[in-house]
Amino acid sequence: METTGNENMEKSLSEMKDKLAELSGDRQENKLAMVVFSGDLDKLLASFIIGTGAVAMGMDVVMFFTFWATPALRDPNKKAGEKDLMGKMFGAMLPKGPDAVKLSKMNMGGMGTAMMKNLMKKKNVASLPEMISLAGELGVRIYVCEMSMDLMGFSRDEMMDYPGLEYAGVAKFLEEAATAKVQLFL
Amino acid sequence: MADEIKADKTMDLKGLPCPMPVVKISKGIKEVSVGQVVEAVTSDPGARVDFPAWAKTSGNEIVKTEQDGKITRFFIKRVK
Repeated sequence: METTGNENMEKSLSEMKDKLAELSGDRQENKLAMVVFSGDLDKLLASFIIGTGAVAMGMDVVMFFTFWATPALRDPNKKAGEKDLMGKMFGAMLPKGPDAVKLSKMNMGGMGTAMMKNLMKKKNVASLPEMISLAGELGVRIYVCEMSMDLMGFSRDEMMDYPGLEYAGVAKFLEEAATAKVQLFL
Repeated sequence: MADEIKADKTMDLKGLPCPMPVVKISKGIKEVSVGQVVEAVTSDPGARVDFPAWAKTSGNEIVKTEQDGKITRFFIKRVK
């Protein structure tokens, strides 16, 4: 008789534990999860302004770099090592790092981008490389899409030294996004 | 009179555009104790809207705002 009582208790206790785990799994954290897809200077700047601003608002911030945004995190001073033909092509045609990305509009063969950068300096607006290092200081986490790296033939050796930079796939993004209050795609 | 608000720390944020003023104040407020006041001086017109939004979200209190031409002075009390 007593054994059954204990068993019932244990059963309901384990049910409660499961329910609790389920509930905490649904919990939304004060977090911003962002997909950074674009390799354009303007959209990358917007991404980092929102990301650093979110840290100021007390949010945990995680950015996922994929596709055209991936080469913006390359370090122009690093060597990539051996690459196949396609890798060499992508490597040469895509921007080498945050200082080499162009405006999405009014680039005008690079003239527009150069003018915008000058104007930003004049108006004291932080440059993209400055925004990236600020994000690093503030603890913004960055994940780079492993598939994009592989597709474009980038090696980890040529990526910038960003604190805690990690490589991941879509599941990692979805895990973070599922528990984030705010999700963005830029 | 409790009218006079004394700042325990002053931050000169003039000339800094978005997002720097909120990024800096969010760091600066942590450098005073709870209950103390930070005075932030900014020239960014966006700050007039951004500071109240930041204070509300981060759980701090703007106890006074002074406008002097293009300069806005916020007195922010650290609440937590």
